[in-house]
Amino acid sequence: MGVQSEKDRRGADGAPPPAAVEMRAIVKRFPGVLANDRVDFQAAAGEVHALLGENGAGKSTLSNILTGLYRPDAGEIFIDGEPVHFQSPRDALDARIFMVHQHFRLVEPFTVAENVVLGDHRGDGRTFRLRPRAIEQRVGELSKRYGLAVDPRARVWQLSLGEQQRVEILKALYREARILILDEPTAVLTPQEADTLFETLREMAAEGRTVVFISHKLHEVKAVADRVTVLRGGRSIATVPAAEATPRSLASLMVGRELDGGQPARTRTPGEPALELTDVWSDGDRGDSAVRGASLVVRGGEIVAVAGVAGNGQRELAETVAGMRRATRGEILVGGKEIRGGDPRSAIAAGVAYVPEDRLGTGVAPSLSIASNLALKGYRERSSSHGPLLRLGRIRERAVELIQRYSIAASGPGAAARLLSGGNLQKVVLAREFSGKPRLLIAASPTRGLDVGAIETVHAYLREAAADGVGVLLISEDLDEILALADRIAVMYEGAIVGETPREEADVEEIGLLMAGGQDPRED
Amino acid sequence: MRIERRLRQPRWLVVAVPAGSLVFALFVSGLVLLATGHNALSSYRQIVDAAFLNSGAIGQTLTQATPLAFTGLAAAAAFRMRLFNIGAEGQLFMGAITADATALYLGGHGWPTALVIFAMVVAGCAGGAAWALIPGALRAFFKTNEIITSLMLNYVAAYVLTYLVFNTESYWRQTKGFNASVFPTSKEIPAVAFWPSWHIFPLGSGIAVLAALVLWFLFTRTRFGFEAQVLGDSPRAARYAGIRTRRKILAVMALSGSVAGLGGASQVGDFSHLLDADPNGLQKQYYGYTGIVVAALARYNPLAVVVVAFLIGALQNAGNTLQGADFPSGLVGVMQGIILFSALGGELLVRNRVRIGRTMPATEAA
Repeated sequence: MGVQSEKDRRGADGAPPPAAVEMRAIVKRFPGVLANDRVDFQAAAGEVHALLGENGAGKSTLSNILTGLYRPDAGEIFIDGEPVHFQSPRDALDARIFMVHQHFRLVEPFTVAENVVLGDHRGDGRTFRLRPRAIEQRVGELSKRYGLAVDPRARVWQLSLGEQQRVEILKALYREARILILDEPTAVLTPQEADTLFETLREMAAEGRTVVFISHKLHEVKAVADRVTVLRGGRSIATVPAAEATPRSLASLMVGRELDGGQPARTRTPGEPALELTDVWSDGDRGDSAVRGASLVVRGGEIVAVAGVAGNGQRELAETVAGMRRATRGEILVGGKEIRGGDPRSAIAAGVAYVPEDRLGTGVAPSLSIASNLALKGYRERSSSHGPLLRLGRIRERAVELIQRYSIAASGPGAAARLLSGGNLQKVVLAREFSGKPRLLIAASPTRGLDVGAIETVHAYLREAAADGVGVLLISEDLDEILALADRIAVMYEGAIVGETPREEADVEEIGLLMAGGQDPRED
Repeated sequence: MRIERRLRQPRWLVVAVPAGSLVFALFVSGLVLLATGHNALSSYRQIVDAAFLNSGAIGQTLTQATPLAFTGLAAAAAFRMRLFNIGAEGQLFMGAITADATALYLGGHGWPTALVIFAMVVAGCAGGAAWALIPGALRAFFKTNEIITSLMLNYVAAYVLTYLVFNTESYWRQTKGFNASVFPTSKEIPAVAFWPSWHIFPLGSGIAVLAALVLWFLFTRTRFGFEAQVLGDSPRAARYAGIRTRRKILAVMALSGSVAGLGGASQVGDFSHLLDADPNGLQKQYYGYTGIVVAALARYNPLAVVVVAFLIGALQNAGNTLQGADFPSGLVGVMQGIILFSALGGELLVRNRVRIGRTMPATEAA
């Protein structure tokens, strides 16, 4: 198998072995973001080491550096005490570092065995002519030994997501991976599948491999890891033994902030309900239920934030209310009237404005002019068209006016939207959505990827909308943002609203715990 | 040397680059002419004479250009929305079949010329639109790739055309007279159904210009055009904005097909006066495919399509007239290919710029 036993590694002098992986003071910058800020990370052979952190904490960047996908701007990497400099993912593979990505890297029309051997440049993988039988046999042996039930001859597209993940792990085992990194491996698994996975990971660790387990779910980390390193805002905060940690202590390390004093007192009183959701269900892109029985009320003039880790159904919830996704069950009332599912036009007519998460792909038509994009929803109205004819002069005038009012930095109303910076693009979307005089505004991660100044502007506009009596549904993964804006905070986990609290009574630790699927301590 | 994307496209480039591409194409074509033992300058002179200056040359050019204008407009209308309707060829055949039947029937029943012509126009549009709606509906409801389905339907349409005259005693087939007993042929339409021309300018050319104006207006000044533009640029944004995607696909395919079908009606009414089912006749002109080239060169702008169709028509006309011992017919095809390559290569320069030097550090100095 090629994995050395603990005894071999100790060497003649009996000194403790160097760590299997050590990363020292890793720095990685992206335009406008410091993704890793002098991160230290160390994992020993034979341990399952969890990497815990919120979205954007720098977990993925760190693992991409370890697998040679990115090169660090500064810092050093040691494997078994030897410094290494990975020029490409190939170098990392040669050092037997293997990663199971969240989105699998599999060739769907190929068989399991073919996928396993793909890209392997040793032994059976190297010969020009594949020897499928030998490979299939070897894959079969591995899958039996590690309890990774999967048919080596099956084609990948026939497999469930859980099985596809096993193929990824088999790939790593086939190449005798010494260090295996799994990026949020349980996101696609059922609880039972997750338990089986944990057993496999423990077994691999027992053989002297290093398993790095990336997660933001606290109970999983407790269940599988030996030690936990917590990242927050691009920095490594602490490394603690999992046995000594409690979900609460981990949550506070992960979220790492206290309530910031107080907000200016709000005088406005919430009005009539703008949005009422009752037991709403809808499907995700893969056909599984992404929203599972969400119930929520947003009143006019109030900002309700939905907190949660990405992938817990928030995006699907927003799209369902905006009419872009059909609700399979439940009732959606906007201003007291039920809206037809799966029809954005009826949602728009009911007064739903939507600032989508994916602003360049969904929120605008990138090659069209700013003026056209500002008219993207209002072109059917009297102000912009006359029967079937467009009133181009009016559309242009309005664009000039909005560009000025929202101080959008652009060469003119005729400039293509894709030439705008992220912040200005978001202003175009906001200007359009606000000017439609909405009853309900859904803002999904409205400040993601924006710089500090633009974030302030967007926040100001959202507050202004609420002050005008619009019901605002803010979906965000950023707790700071939520605490700065929301009147009420709801937490979404696995498709349902698992907790709801007024801003004044909010306890960050509790929210963090709920986001990570922990129990609400008040219910214990 | 490095190629990078332009953030801004200066206006003058939109004119300068195509003009430069044409000059470049003429230069390269000149090299080809020299290499094949022709005098480049006198060959160009011959082409200009044959396309425009000789007596009757303009009329011949219009005969070539009119169907290209229709198919070019058909392609431009669909391609603007990124619906790749490759089926103008078959839609033109279908328009010819329906318009011909209309002319035979109504002309034979003594309807006045104006009404017969109007009915032929409507029938041609309907035939082309119906044929285009097959790939359109498959795309809208089953997400089938319209490139493949519309292309394959071209062959079906060509066989239908041949079948109607060669293999049946159909309504279109001429069964009386000596000629008909020697070789299968179609009925000639009655003289009342002949489309008039103004001097050398056939009615069909006028309709093509009118169609171009209507399309231009539709795409730049109406809600319909706006929706098509959004959908072409970003289907997700279109859905987000509440645009009914399926209806739009059907409508644009029908529009595109009806313009191609108009081309078929014009073939029958203006030029052939019968259903040309000869496998070496209409089917060897490849108007539908050349129309795609016309649309691409015109950057899908309907008004530019008319101009480009006229120029390509002129070149084809010159090729037909000049072919002979000292001017091989293949040369015009070669020139067309060179022009197309230069024009599309020029597009690269409109969107990107070439930067020379800069990236090389001044190592020589050291």
